[in-house]
Amino acid sequence: MTTVAAEATTAQPVARDLRVPRHGWLVIARKEFGDHILSARFLVLVLVVGLAAIVPLFLAANQLRDQASQTSGASAIFLALFTLGSEQVAILRVDAFVGIVAPLLGIAFAFDAVNGERSDGTLPRLMSQPIHRDDVINGKFVAGLAVIALVLAAVLLLISGIGIFRLGIIPTVSEVIRLIVWYVVTLAYVSFWLALGLLLSVAVRRAATSALIGFGLWILVTVFGGLIVGLIGGLIAPSAGGLEEQIASAQTQQAINHILPHTLYREATTSILFPFDQVTAAISGVGSFTPTSIDQLGQATDQRRITSLLSLDQSLLLVWPQIVGLIALTVICFAVAYVLFMRQEVRA
Amino acid sequence: MSGIPRKGRRGSVRRPNPPSSGSAPAAQGTGGAPPAPSRRPTAAGRSTLTTEGVPIRTRGLTKAYDELIAVDHLDLEVQRGEIFGLLGQNGAGKTTTILMLLGLTEPTSGEARVVGLDPARNPLEVKRRVGYLPDSVGFYTGMTGRENLRYTARLNGLSADDAGRTIDQVLEQVGLAARADTPTGTYSRGMLQRLGIADALLKDPEVLILDEPTTAIDPLGVVEILDLLRSLVHEREMAVLLSSHLLTQVQSVCDRVGIFAAGRLVGVGTVAELAGRFGDDTAHVEVGLELTGDDADTRREQLLRSIEGVEAVHHGERPGDPWILDVRPADAGGRVRQEILAAAATNGLELSSLRSVVPSLDDIYRRAVVRRGGSARVAA
Repeated sequence: MTTVAAEATTAQPVARDLRVPRHGWLVIARKEFGDHILSARFLVLVLVVGLAAIVPLFLAANQLRDQASQTSGASAIFLALFTLGSEQVAILRVDAFVGIVAPLLGIAFAFDAVNGERSDGTLPRLMSQPIHRDDVINGKFVAGLAVIALVLAAVLLLISGIGIFRLGIIPTVSEVIRLIVWYVVTLAYVSFWLALGLLLSVAVRRAATSALIGFGLWILVTVFGGLIVGLIGGLIAPSAGGLEEQIASAQTQQAINHILPHTLYREATTSILFPFDQVTAAISGVGSFTPTSIDQLGQATDQRRITSLLSLDQSLLLVWPQIVGLIALTVICFAVAYVLFMRQEVRA
Repeated sequence: MSGIPRKGRRGSVRRPNPPSSGSAPAAQGTGGAPPAPSRRPTAAGRSTLTTEGVPIRTRGLTKAYDELIAVDHLDLEVQRGEIFGLLGQNGAGKTTTILMLLGLTEPTSGEARVVGLDPARNPLEVKRRVGYLPDSVGFYTGMTGRENLRYTARLNGLSADDAGRTIDQVLEQVGLAARADTPTGTYSRGMLQRLGIADALLKDPEVLILDEPTTAIDPLGVVEILDLLRSLVHEREMAVLLSSHLLTQVQSVCDRVGIFAAGRLVGVGTVAELAGRFGDDTAHVEVGLELTGDDADTRREQLLRSIEGVEAVHHGERPGDPWILDVRPADAGGRVRQEILAAAATNGLELSSLRSVVPSLDDIYRRAVVRRGGSARVAA
């Protein structure tokens, strides 16, 4: 009421203008990261991923040990730790397993990001803080990715560690780089599913529904991906008729295949983790050559007389389009989620 | 708006702070638009809406969804140090108005100024200086009350030291200090509401906006929250805008109220002013006259009816209950009471009660909506 009070009130805004929260997304990311680490879903996923990585490692280790004499000359033996496994069950290989579990991780850490806040009634309160709207999405994306990166890095290091100390296989520099590249590609693949989960959490009001849709899409693409590609390709360019039509049909199917993140990731993984020349593979008639047993590994080594191992830079050159494709898909999902969220009403 | 004496006083105190010495441009930064007509192409300068230290002012604020006009040309003003009640039914447009004031929804047309800024253009600065308690506020249930507040403090860019001190202070203020370290999942609705107020106070706001702060709280809790608001306005000199559909609850706490119906503001003023404007020009007087005998009721009625201005006499429900008189015109109420007193004195009657009945906001609201919003309601 007095002049002193009036002065105090007019002086306040100046001091206030100085405290500018620059990194709203960072604050959100930090909080979300903490939440994830302490959450039950994190614990469950770490257990599942950990166990599922140990089992194929055991199988791979046994194979390597049994036929140590044959494999002593083989190249890229360290990578075999990740690419060998059960001959009967394809999923029991580290690389195949990560390819299947990565989408699961992405969706699990994002499906309730926005609609969860909405149903808890915390979204209006969060939005009324001095942050941009996209800070919420950005922060949650970064937090999810950080958690998954942590889990994957732990698994990779665990396997490498066991390989080095228990089996005595020392990785070469190029193998280490290959593993790092594979790790980055895997993160890009996870990013796509994370962005998709975020998109669902924005678009679908109920967390349970968005989780169901997310896991449904995952099964659809992973299990029935090839079938669907065949169907759509058949509709666009039927393979009946002469040779030219058949080629056209195959090309269409391949083009559609290359839109699927699953395909992109599998191709990238193959190029990085199986450095055996694709030409060799074609000659030996295995198709896309992925040695699942030690014999095949030996075969590949024999064929070095014809063609050598694909060099690291050539491998990278090969996977470049796939990496760009994965990032593009991620960006699209992210952009759609972003636009939807900006247009949505804040109220519950 | 002129009915509030505070406004004139505060306005005159706030205005005389021109660039007294040295750096003149520095004064630009101080809250609100510069007092002189600004030639600078700032957000405030472009607009026709001047604020002059009025915390909330809107002109022609409109929000239209596809079919529905949620808020229809709203002109609103809230002064510093007052509690303004935005009253209306569910779906009258209260929350939409509040979201526009916070920059969380873009107005279709019209302008708003909150702490001198356009919330549509400068939402971050507005949100930094305005505390907001949303309708049915929620907290992260796994975190304690203090942790929830710490998160808000970090989002507002408070340093850890500042945050710790401010959090203790606001928790004390809302009376939650004892429960601050238990998870909010165990809080009652009233405690959550109070934590929400603490959360809004963290940023030391100039304006506090509360959406339905008393809904879903037991009557005792409502009294607590309204008392809290009163003391806060006294302590901090804030402007408070609160919305509610429970009219009588907030009647006591609001300096002024705006009655909202189907997106339109049908009346603004103090409760007494609105009663005058929307009343049917009838005052009500409660009278208790003690008479004995068989014809007591008749004699009482004759006596009361003989007074000029008394339109109708309503008997009490049970014998002994006071009666209610309808007096027309409304301003004759005082004279009627005087005459009853005189009549009682001359006739030697015992007067057990004699007082004027204050109209409730519910009555005013009903009449205001019926009179002004009749056509609008059909449209909605």
